[in-house]
Amino acid sequence: MALKIKQDHARFRDIVRGRIKRNLKKYVQKGELIGKKGKDFITIPVPTIDIPHFRFGEKQQGGVGQGDGEPGDPLSQGDPQPGSGQAGQGEGQHVLEVDVSLDELADILGEELALPRIEPKGKDRIVSTRLKYTGVAPSGPESLRHFKRTYKQALRRQIASGSYNWKKPVIVPVREDRRYRTWKQVPLPETNAVVLYMMDVSGSMGDEQKEVVRIESFWIDTWLRKHYKGLETRYIIHDAVAREVDRDTFFHTRESGGTMISSAYRLALEIIEGDYAPSSWNIYPFHFSDGDNWSADDTRVCVDVLKEKILPAVNLFCYGQVESPYGSGQFIKDLKEAVGGRENVALSEIADKEGIYASIKTFLGTGK
Amino acid sequence: MNRQTQLPARLHDIRTRIEKFARDYGLDFYDTIFEVLNFDEINMVAAYGGFPNRYPHWRFGMEYERLSKGYEYGLSKIYEMVINNDPSYAYLLGSNMDVDQKLVMAHVFGHVDFFKNNFMFRHTNRKMMDQMANHATRVRRYQDKLGVELVEDFIDRCLSLENLIDYQSPYVKRRADKSDEDESPERKVAQGFKSEREYMREYINPPEFIEAQQKKLDEEAARKKRFPERPERDVLLFLLEHAPLERWEHDVLSIAREEAYYFAPQGQTKVMNEGWATYWHSKIMTEKALDASEVVDYADHHSGTLATSPGQLNPYKLGVELWRDIEDRWNKGRFGKEYDECDSFVERKHWDKKAGLGRQKIFEVRKHYNDVTFIDEFLTLEFVMEQKLFTFGYNEKHQRWEILEREFRKVKEKLLHMLTNFGQPVIAVEDGNYDNRGELLLLHKHDGIDLKLDYARDTLKNVQSLWRRPVNLVTKVEGRGTAFRYDGKEHSDKRVDL
Repeated sequence: MALKIKQDHARFRDIVRGRIKRNLKKYVQKGELIGKKGKDFITIPVPTIDIPHFRFGEKQQGGVGQGDGEPGDPLSQGDPQPGSGQAGQGEGQHVLEVDVSLDELADILGEELALPRIEPKGKDRIVSTRLKYTGVAPSGPESLRHFKRTYKQALRRQIASGSYNWKKPVIVPVREDRRYRTWKQVPLPETNAVVLYMMDVSGSMGDEQKEVVRIESFWIDTWLRKHYKGLETRYIIHDAVAREVDRDTFFHTRESGGTMISSAYRLALEIIEGDYAPSSWNIYPFHFSDGDNWSADDTRVCVDVLKEKILPAVNLFCYGQVESPYGSGQFIKDLKEAVGGRENVALSEIADKEGIYASIKTFLGTGK
Repeated sequence: MNRQTQLPARLHDIRTRIEKFARDYGLDFYDTIFEVLNFDEINMVAAYGGFPNRYPHWRFGMEYERLSKGYEYGLSKIYEMVINNDPSYAYLLGSNMDVDQKLVMAHVFGHVDFFKNNFMFRHTNRKMMDQMANHATRVRRYQDKLGVELVEDFIDRCLSLENLIDYQSPYVKRRADKSDEDESPERKVAQGFKSEREYMREYINPPEFIEAQQKKLDEEAARKKRFPERPERDVLLFLLEHAPLERWEHDVLSIAREEAYYFAPQGQTKVMNEGWATYWHSKIMTEKALDASEVVDYADHHSGTLATSPGQLNPYKLGVELWRDIEDRWNKGRFGKEYDECDSFVERKHWDKKAGLGRQKIFEVRKHYNDVTFIDEFLTLEFVMEQKLFTFGYNEKHQRWEILEREFRKVKEKLLHMLTNFGQPVIAVEDGNYDNRGELLLLHKHDGIDLKLDYARDTLKNVQSLWRRPVNLVTKVEGRGTAFRYDGKEHSDKRVDL
């Protein structure tokens, strides 16, 4: 039975969704959502949706409590406060925490930023088949025997034939009782994707710059995950040399060396060639740096690797240049000149956290 | 009428036993129908305030989400829910243990006895179950005709004003009957007392007296010209009678008002009612219904109900302790002139006149009191000390909530303040034709605590959307008279003398 309340609940969820959408820009800039990520859900603090009344201010009102303590002692932290509502810490600003699935969040992001749906490349080409258990049949291999159904069948037969003894309920299945799982072959469009995050961790990239990258990567993940069932992420950090690391290291490493961007691109290419055949994978390299490269020579190498190898293989190559007080910001200009016109290249300059919103739009607005 | 057949046999047996115990103790309740629900259903019913049928509105959905989440995370579980109706309906959570079901049933009979007998509920609609369903049908019809958003939005605004009702009005007569009003437009002249003897007239009716009488008459006449004649605390009624509402709006607003009045007595007797039900479940369980095997679970759940935390008063706890205190005092004769005037602490402590009036007294109290009078009359110094009650407030300097005082009078004062007028600010319509411009003037009777201003502004906006003309609210902010105004486009405020 569908409960009547579901309708009211759906209305409420709609309203919440509207709130999130309206405040999306704020959520995107703040990193707080990332910490609240669960497995499939994310907890979003939404300003309370409540109906205003004429009522007393809590702080002047106070109340009556019960328990030990002397006048002047604090009430222990986190105690609910009197009256019909509760006083929170933040100036009585009530916060409602709602769970939103990552899928829904991606939808909201998409709607708000007017992001086009991603066309996975080679959709028709890349098809594999999967086996799916679809039913139960009286014949099949023993390894797929369905014990419960078999048991039930035997029980049914014994009761019907009167051989069931409730005092000694022993069930003995015979050949005819046996039931087996059956399967079908289901063609599955393979929409696998890999995101390669590359980041400059040289001395000029500070914590703030990294925070920008962290937030941005969260939203990129969220959006791409919506479109690809199996999304893999790989992380590369580089200064003068590049190496692959895990996610945690990616965001927490700080080196002091110089910067050779080509090292990262070469490693990315290696990974692509090694693990992700372009014919069956949707590949998304994202590179973030402050735009400072070691030399013009190295930049030339970068451009060559990009043009020759990487760009033909990937869906979209994104470069985000995070502004830092130390970086020259030259690299994005060079890239623009060399590959700016290509349709699977997105370049974006991110001044600060507020720039993330626009930058996401630049990257994901390509629909690649 | 035997509608309990849907109760499983096991629960039906329990119910019959508990009901018998309750009746033997002298509880007097309506026929009560128990229904067994699963957690999803019980959350739904709870979100609807106990009714299986309410008009559609998102806030029920919000409440449902909150309850379901609380249940899923194991933070909270609804034990007991009962509605004031004849027959009464109560709900049992199917997955509860038998000992819980017993406890809940005993508790429920306590509530229903209270609903039936307490004077505050005398005026409530005992067929509210049907009435709520009617409301739902009406609102649905409007939504079908006019669109969900429009109607829902209007309901939001009505609910925003739902506490602007006159909580005392069901129990007193506020307005004079129309017929006995003298409609003559002529100015009345004060006559003074009749006197047969001309020479005595000046002594019987001295000129100052005549003057005072005249002034009174004139004031009365002036008041009749005022609109409303007396400040109207039932703001919703005033809006219903005088705001330019469309028919459906009028209907929806009257639904909101009716439901607010229906629920009000429950809020005004929360401490008494929960205390009463707890008193009886504890009595019935410990004296009659408990099996030996259930004692531990019972004690666990019962103590959970009565748990206290410093920042929040538990109405179950406060209530049940007060009831027990009253019973004890009247059993021992610790009341009346002699007791009150005794100032020997030791003597008072060991006072026992074997009066044995406790049971009789509590049944009397449950009939004639509400929370305010209950606390006012029966909260004693000894009780406050024993229960370790204190007042608390926010210390701006330390940025935290602190215990303020343990003094008996302060605690009582604060408690009463929290309960008076349902703990809501007293706001009345002062003038429905303010400034002779058809504006609405609301006056907040300030009693030391400011309004929450952001909420006040938003609410004022909602008042304006019903009144259509500009609306004004006069209150005090940090000791200064302030008039807030919303004219349909923007908010403004100015200082006023109060």
